[in-house]
Amino acid sequence: MLEIKNLNSWYGESHILHGVDFNVQEGEVVTLLGRNGAGKTTTMKSIMGLVPRREGSIKFKGAELINLMPNQVARSGIAICPEERAIFGSLTVTENLMLPPVIAPGGLSIDEIYTLFPNLKERARTAQGTRLSGGEQQMLAIARILRTGSKMLLLDEPTEGLAPVIVQQIGRTIREIKKRGFTVLLVEQNFRFAATVADRHYVMEHGKVIDMIPNDQLAANMDKLHEYLGV
Amino acid sequence: MMMILGVPAPLLFGQVLLGLINGAFYALLSLGLAVIFGMLNIINFAHGALFMMGAFCSWMLLNYVGIGYFPALFLAPLIIGIFGLVLEKTIISRLYKLDHLYGLLLTFGMALVIEGLFRNAYGSSGMPYRIPDMLQGATNLGFMYMPNYRGWVVLVAVIVCLATWAIIEKTPLGAKLRAATENAPMVQAFGVNVPRLITFTYAGGVALAAFAGVLAAPILSVNPNMGTSLITTVFAVVVIGGMGSIMGSVVTGFGLGVIEGLTKVFWPEASATVVFLVMVIVLLTRPRGLFGKSA
Repeated sequence: MLEIKNLNSWYGESHILHGVDFNVQEGEVVTLLGRNGAGKTTTMKSIMGLVPRREGSIKFKGAELINLMPNQVARSGIAICPEERAIFGSLTVTENLMLPPVIAPGGLSIDEIYTLFPNLKERARTAQGTRLSGGEQQMLAIARILRTGSKMLLLDEPTEGLAPVIVQQIGRTIREIKKRGFTVLLVEQNFRFAATVADRHYVMEHGKVIDMIPNDQLAANMDKLHEYLGV
Repeated sequence: MMMILGVPAPLLFGQVLLGLINGAFYALLSLGLAVIFGMLNIINFAHGALFMMGAFCSWMLLNYVGIGYFPALFLAPLIIGIFGLVLEKTIISRLYKLDHLYGLLLTFGMALVIEGLFRNAYGSSGMPYRIPDMLQGATNLGFMYMPNYRGWVVLVAVIVCLATWAIIEKTPLGAKLRAATENAPMVQAFGVNVPRLITFTYAGGVALAAFAGVLAAPILSVNPNMGTSLITTVFAVVVIGGMGSIMGSVVTGFGLGVIEGLTKVFWPEASATVVFLVMVIVLLTRPRGLFGKSA
C-alpha cells in the first residue's frame, strides 16, 4: 500500500534521511523503531511533505507522492497524528475534532469516535483544545483523523509521556482500527508497547532502515533489538 | 440649552457621533489589517491605498457606468477584492519565505505606486460623491440632529464588523483560518489548501478596506490621498488593540474614534495627537496591546 524507496530528506544544510527503504501492506500495523535522532519523525514528515526538501520515491496505492504538496498527500488518503499532537488552542475541542476535512467515505462517525473515546464526549464543550490533559489531547489528535476517511494513518509516538492506563487505551484503539481495515505506520520508542499492536517492526539508525523484524520473531531477536535501541 | 460638563449637549453628542464615524473607518480598516496579519504575518501597508481604491471604484461605477451607491457597496469590494487576490497570488506570495520586513517594504511600495497612478490620472484635489437620496437629510434624536448618512455608516460598519467576527470565531471556515494562523503546515497536512486560504484571506481583508472606502466616499472627498491620512491612525489602532486580535481591533477602533471626538470638544488642539498618546501609554504598560494574547 505504501512503498518507500531511497528516501532522502534535508532540513536546510542537514541531510537527515539517507536513503530510507521500507513498505507497508494494506491492513498492517508497522512500527518504526530506533533511537532518538534516527530519523523516524522525519520519515513521517517526509511522507506528508512537511520537510523543506526530499528526494526518492514514496508510492501510495501505486501513485507517486514525492512531488505533492502536504494537502495533496492528505487528499490521497494518508493522515498524520504528529508527535507534538498539534491540538489548536484557538479552537474548541469540537472544532479541533471537526477540523480535518473528510477526504473519502468510510471514516468513523462522531458517535463511533465518542464510543472509542468517551472522555472526548465529556469534554466536547471545552473552549480551548489545549485545556485538555495530555492523554485527552492525544486521543483528540487520533480521533480527528479517524473521521476523515483516510485509511493510512501515521501515528508519531502516540504513547509518549502518557500514563499506563491511557497507553492501554491507545493500544486498544490501534487494534480496533486495524480490525476495521485501517493501515497504520507507528513511530515508537517503547517497543514493549509496539509489540502488542504491530505486525512488523523496522529499525532505523542514522537516517536509514537497517533491519526488519516480524512481530512473531521479536522474542528471538531481543538481544539484537536491545543493541539497536541501546536499552 | 442643556449643558454637560460645561459644554453644550449638541456639541458634545455631535463630536461623539463624528468620533463613532471615524471609529467605524478605524474599525473596518484595522479589522482587515488584523485578519491579514493573522494569516499572512504581513503588515499590509497597502491597506490605505486599497481603501482609496474602494472609494474611487464607487466613484467610477457611478460616473462611467451609472451604477449607484447601493450596488457599489457590493461591487466595489468585490472588484477591489479580486484586485487584492491577483496582488497576493502574483506578488505578495513570493515573499512568505523571507523576513516579514520585506512584506512591509513591498506593500509600502505598492501603496506608493497605486496612489501615484491615481494622482496622475485624477489629480489630488478630490471629487465629490453625492449621498444617495434615501440617506439624505437628518433625524432629530431629541438631544441632537443626526445626519442620516452618518448614522447609516455607523450602523453598517457595526454589522459588517460583527459579521466578520462571527465568520472567524463561529464557523468551520473560521476554525480553519484560526488553526492555520496557529500552525499552517499542520492544517495543510490535513488536506486543506492553505495557500488558497491565504489568498482568499488577503482578498477578504482588502474587500473590507474597499467597503470602508465606499462608505467614506460621500463623507470624505474621493481623492488619491484619502487613505494615507487615515491609515497612520489605523496602524496606531492596531497597535493599541493588539496585533491580530479581531474583537480587539473592532472595539479599539470605535473606542479611539470616540476618544478622539471627545478630545475635540475639551481640548481641540490635542485631538490629532490623543490616539498616539494612548498608543504610547498602552505600549509602555501592555506591549502586546489591550486585546493581544501573551506569548
